[in-house]
Amino acid sequence: MSPLKIKKGSTSHSAYDLRSTFGDEVERHTLAVIVENEPGVLARVIGLFSGRGYNIESLTVAEIDHTGHLSRITIVTSGTPQVINQIKAQLGRIVPVHDVHDLTVEGASVERELALFKVAGKGDHRIEAIRLADIFRANVVDSTLESFVFEITGTPEKIDAFADLMRPLGLQEVARTGVAALSRGAS
Amino acid sequence: MSKQMTGAKMVVQALIDQGVDTVFGYPGGAVLPIYDEIFQQNHIQHILVRHEQGAVHAAEGYARSTGKPGVALVTSGPGATNAVTGLTDALMDSIPIIVLTGQVPTFMIGSDAFQEADTVGITRPCTKHNWLVKETDTLSGVMHEAFHVATSGRPGPVLIDIPKDVQFASGTYTEKAKRKSHYAPQVKGDIEMITELAKAMEKAKRPVFYTGGGIINSGPAATQLLRELVAATNFPITSTLMGLGCYPASGDNWLGMLGMHGLYEANMAMHDCDLMINIGARFDDRITGRVDAFSPKSKKAHIDIDASSINKVIHVDMPILGDCAHVLEDLLNVWKSRGRKTDKENLAKWWGQINEWRKVDCLAFKQEGKTIRPQHALTRLEELTKGHDRYITTEVGQHQMWAAQYLGFEDPNRWMTSGGLGTMGYGFPASIGVQMAHRDSLVINVAGEASWLMNMQELGTAMQYQLPVKQFILNNERLGMVRQWQELLHGERYSQSWSEALPDFVKLADAFGAKGIICSDPADLDDAIMEMINHDGPVVFDCLVEKHENCFPMIPSGKPHNEMLLGENADTANAIQGAGGALV
Repeated sequence: MSPLKIKKGSTSHSAYDLRSTFGDEVERHTLAVIVENEPGVLARVIGLFSGRGYNIESLTVAEIDHTGHLSRITIVTSGTPQVINQIKAQLGRIVPVHDVHDLTVEGASVERELALFKVAGKGDHRIEAIRLADIFRANVVDSTLESFVFEITGTPEKIDAFADLMRPLGLQEVARTGVAALSRGAS
Repeated sequence: MSKQMTGAKMVVQALIDQGVDTVFGYPGGAVLPIYDEIFQQNHIQHILVRHEQGAVHAAEGYARSTGKPGVALVTSGPGATNAVTGLTDALMDSIPIIVLTGQVPTFMIGSDAFQEADTVGITRPCTKHNWLVKETDTLSGVMHEAFHVATSGRPGPVLIDIPKDVQFASGTYTEKAKRKSHYAPQVKGDIEMITELAKAMEKAKRPVFYTGGGIINSGPAATQLLRELVAATNFPITSTLMGLGCYPASGDNWLGMLGMHGLYEANMAMHDCDLMINIGARFDDRITGRVDAFSPKSKKAHIDIDASSINKVIHVDMPILGDCAHVLEDLLNVWKSRGRKTDKENLAKWWGQINEWRKVDCLAFKQEGKTIRPQHALTRLEELTKGHDRYITTEVGQHQMWAAQYLGFEDPNRWMTSGGLGTMGYGFPASIGVQMAHRDSLVINVAGEASWLMNMQELGTAMQYQLPVKQFILNNERLGMVRQWQELLHGERYSQSWSEALPDFVKLADAFGAKGIICSDPADLDDAIMEMINHDGPVVFDCLVEKHENCFPMIPSGKPHNEMLLGENADTANAIQGAGGALV
């Protein structure tokens, strides 16, 4: 699909949307941007967001097709429907952008994020931490007598919740990857 | 058969294969291999400008007056940074240009080498796309792709940064036809929405065509189809600054330019219409005025090649993504096949109303006394040049708006002005680019003295290549538009808005070997203009005009279209209030 082509009806907020006024409620959207993996392409995307004053809540990027030199950038952003619309259209204008998908409106999708948590503590705190980690299906990827590093995957909300629980138990450091997302079902 | 050649030769070969006949540039250390190749061939003429900004504006002038992409060639570091204003200008006005920059050798990139700058980093936000070529084998492919990107979809400037070692090294040349590109913007509009628009046109009581530079960029077919559509429907038509010439100024349905300094009838028609058909314009803030009071009673259709222009500023009811020519062709066919219907009765009433507005005669002025009024100077220029094969460029400011108001354009590509970026210093180098493309035509740059001084060094270029560009300077010894805003908005405190220590323009012209003419008496004006036209060579025309003239009509910032200021009799005190004062 060419970058400027917006499939009719593919998104409820596309250029073909016929709502009578711009909404003013801020929405959170997850965008998947398929780009040519060429130098500077990430700078173009980030420059667009900073230059035009859009928000980035999270951004992940990695090559997904080595032979086709394609990368997938997953961006979680927020804005009014009009701003989200602009973001998608502006992304579509970037020459090495092949495709822009708004996973939030293109039907059901799954979102996952990976995070590493370093939790230090002794005694009851240590036991409670590993008990909660078990409930959250977090893995222990490093352990000393005084600390754990947990690896957890899930939605950003799940990871937020886990962080809230770990904080009083000796949370020292967090590393999060940002969201990766795919639509559900066959493409 | 693959051809082996150096990177420098590839650059020249690709330009030849792309049909380039003229390159505007300035040499330097990092482009010497390319200049060496230019020296050894006769296909491409290189025009040596006097400043890199001039090269880019000249390429813009060339592009806008021909519809072909313009090419500029500059060196690394300062050469590239001097090109930034021209690139931004071309991006804002959607002008296809290819800028080639030299770069320090690949192994020195990042070492703060002499004349090194992060050119692709600096120009990323002011180009449609740019490339740093690190391998000679990919250079010719990138060159061809650059022409494709610059001229497809919404046109724009592109830049190729070529390190010096890539220019020296040998590689395989890729032919133009072998290029593969995934970049293919949609040109055909959605036929259902086009049908929707055709139905709306049948029912419209007070329609108006609001046209812009997109029609001119689309090419001659779009202009032709637009004229056909206007003639067939008898709808009124207005245009932005960028779109002047897509419909002839002498045409019956022409309302004149709209916007901040647009005509009363055009702005009133925009405000009161019930169907607005935007073709290739982008609801710029100079057009809309106060957004929430913009044309409150109308259904709006918007035809644009760029999805991001649609619903950016103004919500539209009928968005049509596509190229103007393709969409206009479909629209005409659909409307004709549905029986060529319009609401003739209400349309006649609408024309009655428009003709009432026309009677306001918002551009009327009186030329009295011994001082030339700028409006008079342009009226005489129009009268004495309109029969000629004429191209007009402008600088930026009051003179630009007066030129748009008082000069008439019958055809597209005849009017080159910096619309989006508003670049003072654009007009002179642009006129050189235009004259290069049209050696026998009359090319006039309507200028203000302050703008003109920003790139006056290009007089050397005009002399070197004997380009008979006419620099028609409306000299009010003021930064007129700044002064006007200070009068209206800043309590008449004229901070830094006068031109002191101005040169004697006649002597200045003389110093370069050009012809200088000075005129201050209205009685001498016609003869002086004729002298300018008849001189075979560059002319600097110093037209001394009224110093405190304001440009009207004017929609003050933060006001809707139906609250225009009309000329010297209007009460201009406190015209701009509240939040409007913060707008520009």
